[in-house]
Amino acid sequence: MSDTQKRPQSIQGGSLAERILKNGLLHSSILLLTAIWMLPVLGLLVNSFRPALEMSDSGWWTALAPPYTFTLENYFDVLFQTAGMGRSFLNSLLIAIPSTLMPILIAAFAAYAIAWLEFKGKIFIFIVIIGLLVVPLQMALVPLLKLYTTIDFNGTFHGIWLAHAAFGLPFSVYLLRNFFGNLPQEMFEAARVDGASHPQIFFRILLPTSGPGLGVLVIFQFLWVYNDLLLALVFLGGSPDVAPMPVTISNMLTSYGQNWEKLTSASFISMLLPLIIFLSLQQFFVRGITAGSIR
Amino acid sequence: MDLGMIGIGIVAVIGVPLVLMAYSFGTETLISRLPDVTSERMRPWIWLAPALILIVVFYLYPTLRTLLFSFQNADSTAFVGLANYVSIFTDPDMLSTIGNNVLWLVLFVMGTVMFGIIIAILADRVSYENVIKSLIFLPMAISFVAAGVIWRFMYEYQPLGFAQTGTVNALISVLTGDDFEPIPFLQNRSINNIALIIVGIWMWTGFCMVIFSAALKSIPNDWLEAARIDGATEWKVLWYIIVPSIRTTIVVVATTMTINVLKIFDIVYTMTNGNVGTNVIALRMYHEMFQFNHFGRASAIAVFLLVLVIPIMVFNIRNFQADR
Repeated sequence: MSDTQKRPQSIQGGSLAERILKNGLLHSSILLLTAIWMLPVLGLLVNSFRPALEMSDSGWWTALAPPYTFTLENYFDVLFQTAGMGRSFLNSLLIAIPSTLMPILIAAFAAYAIAWLEFKGKIFIFIVIIGLLVVPLQMALVPLLKLYTTIDFNGTFHGIWLAHAAFGLPFSVYLLRNFFGNLPQEMFEAARVDGASHPQIFFRILLPTSGPGLGVLVIFQFLWVYNDLLLALVFLGGSPDVAPMPVTISNMLTSYGQNWEKLTSASFISMLLPLIIFLSLQQFFVRGITAGSIR
Repeated sequence: MDLGMIGIGIVAVIGVPLVLMAYSFGTETLISRLPDVTSERMRPWIWLAPALILIVVFYLYPTLRTLLFSFQNADSTAFVGLANYVSIFTDPDMLSTIGNNVLWLVLFVMGTVMFGIIIAILADRVSYENVIKSLIFLPMAISFVAAGVIWRFMYEYQPLGFAQTGTVNALISVLTGDDFEPIPFLQNRSINNIALIIVGIWMWTGFCMVIFSAALKSIPNDWLEAARIDGATEWKVLWYIIVPSIRTTIVVVATTMTINVLKIFDIVYTMTNGNVGTNVIALRMYHEMFQFNHFGRASAIAVFLLVLVIPIMVFNIRNFQADR
């Protein structure tokens, strides 16, 4: 995505009055749209700092005028008192980190083979993988649940790691094969001429060079697993001590009317990690999505 | 207990890469003993093996078994032929659920694509474009559950006479005056689905916008300049130049959104759990699995989802082959 073409900034042409009007319209409409977009998040943020009783009596915007009654008690409650929230966050990490590493490494192996090695059936394998991109997870849930119950993988971390690893494969292989395929052939050939074995090429040349591409995939996969609810419910559901944050929070949500104050701060805490990751790396996101989707 | 968990985590984080490294170097050492021709033929499959094993175990095997289960009874002990399929398609609840998915399909895809294009075009024209794009994309980083909580506050409803605590109701009451009847967005059957779809659009528009933004930037500037110099209005420029130029992108994005919407689960689960007429197919399947414990019907629903998705799969594959 090269920005070498200069886009017309703002509107050109027409009389001065016309331009001012159009520019004004442009800026105000996009700013308004963005403000409206952010409004829901702002509401949550403000509410999370308000005492429980107030939250059920008045809207969050009333807190922005004096008297100010902000409080940190919701956050304290959730972090230190409510059994489970801190544990929940730990679970989320314990689930997400391996579930990110595994599919990406395994997918990288497969993508390496598809992109750089010649073999019969290469096209077929790749088509199968593209086909799988679209298959709904639901197709696999019932039998996997039964299988897991039989071999006692239910409610275990390794059970859900493997599930996430498998379900993350199609997208990872698809994306990585694109990246690897775009790397210069000469680099690969020079290494072969120098007598490097394939594993050496993979670990010493390919992986380091694909840094940005891998980085994007890592972020995507991590966020997807971290925010996942369905798989966590199916494979970990019912065991509160291994429940990740989405499960814990949705349990809190379904108890109508109670725990609302904890819900706000719990939700915001669960949002913090993805937000930080996203805000600090947002350029990669943009590059990542577009690299994979635009042919 | 805690230490044990962390121990497991460390083992997984360090152990897995180590195992994989050992695997690749180890197998290479082994097959390099063989004649080149043989090792050349074996090598790709060795590299593919871990992925293939996972795919077989987690995709292929389960898919076949689900197909099997769909012809069996609730606890998979006897065959019932097409009974499950018949029951789900004659169940009025299921039919209204399917209707909801159709509503989602139309509104969600249209909404995300349209807003995505419009915001991409508008953002393209301002200098603070990246900030705007980041903010609009932001909802994608949070979980559906957190989004559910956020929009609960937006949609909240207090009976007439009480101060409104929900943002939307409050805004409307400010605009329409005192005799406004607050709307229970999530309970009112004529709009609760739309309320949920709005949440979905809010979350996914950023994704579409980012892709469209990149596509827009590849439209040659000269075309737009020439048209404007010739006096075309912005509307004409949009309709006759921009949209046709990004036609393939629109198709790709719309396809992706369609796949997403058929499987929509989290939003509905967290906000209404499918009650009051908001149920969707994926959630219905979840209920069959865990509430009604009817694996036969749940599997039939899963197969139904797969069938819905096959045309898209074929379309994707055709696209891929055409591109080569």
